[in-house]
Amino acid sequence: MDFQVIFNNFRFLILQGFFGFGTFAGGTLRLALPAIVLGFILGTFIGLARLARSRWIHWPARIYVEFFRGVPLVMVIFWFWFIIPALTGKSLPEYAVALTAFVIFEAAYLAEIVRAGIQSVPRGQIEAATATGLSRAQLMRHVVLPQALRNMIPALVTQFIVLLKDTSLASIIGYVDLTKAAQIVNNREIRPFELYLFIALIYWLCSYSMSRYTRRWENRLSPSPS
Amino acid sequence: MIEFRKVNKWFGSLHVLEDIDLTIEAGKVVVVCGPSGSGKSTLIRCINRLETIQSGDIIVDGSSLSDAKLDTVKLRTEVGMVFQSFNLYPHMTVLRNITLAPVKVKHVSPAEAEKIAAVLLERVGIPDKSQAYPANLSGGQQQRVAIARALAMKPKIMLFDEPTSALDPEMINEVLEVMTDLARDGMTMVVVTHEMGFARRVAHRIVFMDQGRIVEANEPEKFFAAPESARAQQFLSKILSH
Ligand SMILES: Nc1ncnc2c1ncn2[C@@H]1O[C@H](COP(=O)(O)OP(=O)(O)O)[C@@H](O)[C@H]1O
Ligand SMILES: [Mg+2]
Repeated sequence: MDFQVIFNNFRFLILQGFFGFGTFAGGTLRLALPAIVLGFILGTFIGLARLARSRWIHWPARIYVEFFRGVPLVMVIFWFWFIIPALTGKSLPEYAVALTAFVIFEAAYLAEIVRAGIQSVPRGQIEAATATGLSRAQLMRHVVLPQALRNMIPALVTQFIVLLKDTSLASIIGYVDLTKAAQIVNNREIRPFELYLFIALIYWLCSYSMSRYTRRWENRLSPSPS
Repeated sequence: MIEFRKVNKWFGSLHVLEDIDLTIEAGKVVVVCGPSGSGKSTLIRCINRLETIQSGDIIVDGSSLSDAKLDTVKLRTEVGMVFQSFNLYPHMTVLRNITLAPVKVKHVSPAEAEKIAAVLLERVGIPDKSQAYPANLSGGQQQRVAIARALAMKPKIMLFDEPTSALDPEMINEVLEVMTDLARDGMTMVVVTHEMGFARRVAHRIVFMDQGRIVEANEPEKFFAAPESARAQQFLSKILSH
């Protein structure tokens, strides 16, 4: 085993592959971070829509969720890669396609997390807030969502860990994430064992540190021990 | 102050409130009792419109609840409610639990709301707990905070839905004392409770419900001495025997 290959290609693997600075469109984190943030925003709206009373609002939201949870992510990436140029006549850069596909796909899962989080808040909380005259929007904002968010954190972290690893699927359209960067280096150096062990370690470090800090984060959002 | 006129309510096919007629004058304390499932909670939840009715009318402080132009927010600022399970907001301090609605609904300044909260916490006997979180309080303390939270809106009417049923026996009295004080100060109160000692001492009238109907409504002396209906007699003998 010769780990020299890692040191020689460290900048390419980490800067290009993991963070996304470099000549190629790429970066595991550069895709995963905005995807989870934008996906969560879209997912919050869809999750709230699923809880709406009007069927004209909750049915479309439900169809969206069921649909995107039922198809593979790779397929969604392919669609956007081939369909957007077919419809608009212009092809989008890899990054834009990958991010769009991830946001739209992840929003379906995140919507379910948001919905479950909101439903985990006891009815009595809503009744108490209603009885003091708070409007629906006010009680959502001050009473329900803060409690729901705290309950959502473990599921959100799990979803982010899955997303972080799934970014390698974007390599099918030429996006250079960490896995793809390792593959590129390996094609030249033929050191698969060292390279794939190294990137496994990077993925593991990210996942592990995140789940470790989840508890601390939960406690910060809710100072009450309950 | 509160008037039920031939009120009917159904949950699906279940007739929970049947031809309810009841008048509660300002400054009076009415205790509602009756077996579980008889519609007591539903009855008082109609007063602040947590539940809506299908026929009849309810007049609260001069406004009809069936009026399409009814200002529900104003109604709810005038009617405070205390629940069996306290329902304090667990992510907020005691102080914020109390000031949230005055600030957001009545647009009282935060400083003013905090002053009101301090006075109320003093009144319910826990002046030193304003920075505590609900999870760090005993059940009795939590329920007293819930009373303070409702009073912070300066309501004209207070509704209590089995406020002591979830409490350990040694904490029941501290909550009943706060409620007794409130009654002495002339608050209009509708209290669902099985605390017959409290009912005897504080209530002006006892309303006995069974299967969605008001079976009997009487002054406490008469109600306890000689309940008119067989159902009330049965209920009383069961409840007083333990
Ligand atoms: N939201 C609801 N939907 C359907 N049935 C209900 C609902 N709330 C209460 N009920 C039913 O209405 C009846 C009266 O309930 P409730 O007013 O809570 O009685 P009580 O407070 O006297 O125990 C019960 O049979 C109960 O199961
Ligand atoms: Mg009840």
